[in-house]
Amino acid sequence: MLARVWALVIKEFLALLRDKKSRFVLIGPPLIQLLVFGYAATFDLSHIPYAVYNQDTGFASRELLGDFQGSPAFQQVATIENEGQIAPLIDNEKALLVLQIGPHFTRDLLLHRPAPVQVIIDGRNSNTATLALNYVNTVLLSFDTRWAANHHWGRPPAQLVVRSWFNPNLLSRWFIVPGIVALLMLVVTLLVTGLSVAREREQGTFDQLLVTPMGPVEILVGKALPGLIIGALEGCFIALVAVFWFQVPFVGSILALLVGMALFLLAAVGIGLMISSLAVTQQQGLLGVFIFLVPAIILSGFATPIANMPELVQDLTYINPMRYFLVIVRGVFLEGDNMSMLWSQYWPLALIAIFSMSAAAWLFRHRMQ
Amino acid sequence: MNLQRLRGLIRKEFIQILRDPSAIAIAFFMPVFLLFLFGYGVSLDATRVPVAVVVDQPTAETSAFVGGLQQSPYFEPQIYTSMHSARQALMARKADGILWLRSDFSRQILQGNTASIGVLINGVDANNARILEGYLQGIWQNWLQQRAFNAGAPLIIPVNGEDRIWFNPALRSRDYLVPGLIAVIMTLIGALLTALVVAREWERGTMEALMATPVTMSEILLGKLIPYFIMGMGGMLLSVALAVWLFAVPLVGSFWVLLACSALFLLAALGMGLLISSVARNQFVAGQIAIIVTFLPAFILSGFIFDIQSMPAAIRIITHIVAARYFVSILQTIFLAGDVWPIILWNSLALLLMAAFFLGVTLRRSHKRLD
Repeated sequence: MLARVWALVIKEFLALLRDKKSRFVLIGPPLIQLLVFGYAATFDLSHIPYAVYNQDTGFASRELLGDFQGSPAFQQVATIENEGQIAPLIDNEKALLVLQIGPHFTRDLLLHRPAPVQVIIDGRNSNTATLALNYVNTVLLSFDTRWAANHHWGRPPAQLVVRSWFNPNLLSRWFIVPGIVALLMLVVTLLVTGLSVAREREQGTFDQLLVTPMGPVEILVGKALPGLIIGALEGCFIALVAVFWFQVPFVGSILALLVGMALFLLAAVGIGLMISSLAVTQQQGLLGVFIFLVPAIILSGFATPIANMPELVQDLTYINPMRYFLVIVRGVFLEGDNMSMLWSQYWPLALIAIFSMSAAAWLFRHRMQ
Repeated sequence: MNLQRLRGLIRKEFIQILRDPSAIAIAFFMPVFLLFLFGYGVSLDATRVPVAVVVDQPTAETSAFVGGLQQSPYFEPQIYTSMHSARQALMARKADGILWLRSDFSRQILQGNTASIGVLINGVDANNARILEGYLQGIWQNWLQQRAFNAGAPLIIPVNGEDRIWFNPALRSRDYLVPGLIAVIMTLIGALLTALVVAREWERGTMEALMATPVTMSEILLGKLIPYFIMGMGGMLLSVALAVWLFAVPLVGSFWVLLACSALFLLAALGMGLLISSVARNQFVAGQIAIIVTFLPAFILSGFIFDIQSMPAAIRIITHIVAARYFVSILQTIFLAGDVWPIILWNSLALLLMAAFFLGVTLRRSHKRLD
């Protein structure tokens, strides 16, 4: 029996790798996605274009603006002289924000009166606007602390001392890149398993497979193994790229990650085979993969937090294997998790894997008759 | 070009669309499905963030600070009795951050010193952590203002920023995500519609039959373009209707300008699909290419969710060949800011060039030959 399954696995690999186009689909897109995602998918801001409308002639405003010029996050694009110039700059997206300093800024500060800085910001992209305002606040805060100390303002009663764990510089790349491990493993495994039976059906070789002495379970295992192997190889490869190319720290246990990968792959292969046994043509298989994949990615916490979704949608994410695996990958990479800390993620993943594999086996038997 | 022949081709295409509902599904079912999914699934607005609060020695000062946290819609403070249990909650991902008021908090304030408020944030999701940090700073500033006001004392913040947020004052992320989403969806649909149908014609061999007739190549292409253009505009209108009525995104600019720009963009997207189908003459490969070269760039490189300004220079250059980039900019502007002509005209010009390029190359590449 083992020999028969092995022969089928070898045949599957040959079928996958022989054709130039399908070889490309396995290797090209994941690599491109890895690089593009790794470099382009960032929420961190740099070169925020801003304009200055300074009505003050004193040294305090110059000092404050010097802080902005010295910050790598900001890039000054214009200096304006009247109110009317603000709107065109913002409307035309020449500047994301305009800093407006009133005429009595230095005088007020020297008289120990609080002086405001108007921040006029383009809210079209609300996330960028929120972050840019935070950056502005950080600059203002450090200016305030220095000014208060140098000019005898007295000290504030309390101040925040913020430290962030696991990602001290808050680089969003550290968050996105481990997520890509999960994303691409799912994509590749589904493509390999989701189309494998449909391709044989289209080419008519599935009937030939049926007249061999192999039982349905053996065929199923033979179809499942290539997906598992390719998914595991690709997952390990991307994890290595994440560590050595993108310099994402890996502080947890390798074993914990491998256990998570195995469970996640089993779940993904099961889902792929379910799609595969239902689809008659490759086109349908592809559509099935797409219809599963897009919600699975969006509702996994890959790019935006699950906690921000409506509650009904949050409940829906519990059946999504990627949700659990993302916690595992990020936990192992960044938070230093080991196996005992991840049980709460392992068992739902195992449950989904068992369910999807048995559903695939059941569908397989029924669709074969 | 013969108008009667063209009419015949268009009629044939419509009959085919009606017979095989897959094109209708792509044009009308997909936008609704994707808009619902993204509209409800993607949000960057953090509310009711679980924060563990540890107060070593409760006093009037500490309860004033914690009170500010409790009243904020952004936080859901949970009181922990010790730093140890709060750390465990953070490790177990039950809390996104810890706020720690030490035992000397009130004493330091009374003595005129600066007490420090310890904040520990789980930084794994860096974007979320930044937003959380900003919210906490807001709470702190409110608290300072309240204290100064109560005591009649001057505020100890020399300079503070007064934000005036234009176009989206509440900073609702849905208001900018949904218009951008329309661009992403229409890119996918425009390319899929034409890429798949032309490839199908090749696969089934009906393209050969068409070639044996006196129709010219440009008539064949127009015969494909016009029906799917009409379908695509239908899907587009459906998406705009959902955005305005279901997701309550304000449409500040003019509807007709939006319609005109959409038409231009759709031409570029359909042109890209036609080009793909002339390269790949089978549906599987055409579908794959359509997803890889249209959907992913439209999603990541268009500025729909990730800010283009912040990308590395090399990738910023690449974004210029992504048609969706121009359309995202147009849509976000028309929806939220109104008819800002410089933005609309420049981006429309880029779309026009891309449409002309794709359609021109397709026409050049298509010959009445079978190989």
